[in-house]
Amino acid sequence: MKIQSLDPRISRAELPAAEAYEEKKKLDQWETYEVFHQSVRGANHIHVGSVHAPNPEMAILFGKEQYARRMKCVNLWVVRTANVFTTPYEDADMFEPSTDKSYREAYAYKNKHMIRKIKEELARNSSQSTTSQKGGNHDQL
Amino acid sequence: MINFDAIKDLLYRLADDELIIGHRNSEWTGIGPILEEDIAFSSMAQDEIGHAQAYYTLLNDLTGEGTPDQIAFNRKASDFRSCHLVEFPIVDYAFSLARHFCYEIAEAVRLDSLRHSSLRPLGELAKKLSREEKYHQLHAMTWIGQLGRATEESNRRMQEALDLAYPMALGLFEPTEMDEVIAREGLMAQENELEAAWLTEMEKQITLAGLRVPKVTDKTAYYGGRKGKHSEHLPPLLLEMTEVFSIDTEATW
Repeated sequence: MKIQSLDPRISRAELPAAEAYEEKKKLDQWETYEVFHQSVRGANHIHVGSVHAPNPEMAILFGKEQYARRMKCVNLWVVRTANVFTTPYEDADMFEPSTDKSYREAYAYKNKHMIRKIKEELARNSSQSTTSQKGGNHDQL
Repeated sequence: MINFDAIKDLLYRLADDELIIGHRNSEWTGIGPILEEDIAFSSMAQDEIGHAQAYYTLLNDLTGEGTPDQIAFNRKASDFRSCHLVEFPIVDYAFSLARHFCYEIAEAVRLDSLRHSSLRPLGELAKKLSREEKYHQLHAMTWIGQLGRATEESNRRMQEALDLAYPMALGLFEPTEMDEVIAREGLMAQENELEAAWLTEMEKQITLAGLRVPKVTDKTAYYGGRKGKHSEHLPPLLLEMTEVFSIDTEATW
């Protein structure tokens, strides 16, 4: 018995229709690699998922099409999953502070208005200098 | 004076090869050897169809031939100028990879010549397509390298597949009667020049992969495609590819 399907590609493959399925053995696949994606040069590589691959070259080959065919990407990292070391979730409480440590949260400082002011000033200065340069260059162009 | 016949001759060949190989390779979608490879191979097949569309659009813009959809889906087999290599069935994954490898190396050689084309829009397009093709070539060469050197069985099966695909691939370089004109007008190098570059690169890559360069006694054995003479494999492919389009050829999608 061959598998007959509405999809002509399946029928053409002439796959035998199995009567009973064998139970899948554990870890019978290629090992996995974790994929890290960088969107612009200098940005952090961000973990985007994993791929099955027999070695790093193939992991890069697969990682590119799985994780970089849509988003903008300039660089990929792949790392064997086995090489990732992790903390157990049972110990998650060690990340909880026992006393108030809000002073460590730098984003609590109220300085946004000062940063904005400096940025505006810088923008003003640079636009002034480009206007004066432009004036000089125009005649030559 | 622009030679429209030469431009048509060239663009039809470039586009038809891309469309047919794209369709053939898409037959692996859903039944690829592993999930990751299924996605990668399907994605590349889609790229090739996109490239065909880009060439058909250029053909339409420059020479006033039909719209890309009409050219792609509304022609008889004998109107196609694709080579025999691309219409051959997928056989098994070893053959499909061997064909992909032969085809991608040929495309690299061809695009290298096309980027200097005297026809500016074609040169620009070639530069654009080269970016995607870079991955296609990496994919092909990595797989061939892996399977060529993995086990005794993988080496033997890859060699058998290459022995089948390689002579067919020489049909990619079947010269047309416009061959000299195309080179004289600076549109693209002559086919024998591209073939020589392909042979050199193939020898290099095949040796790197631990395989043997297949012996070819008659390089014209698979000629005919560029004249519209196809194998028995093209008509059924076209029938399947145009199944939906044929329901209503005037429909807007």
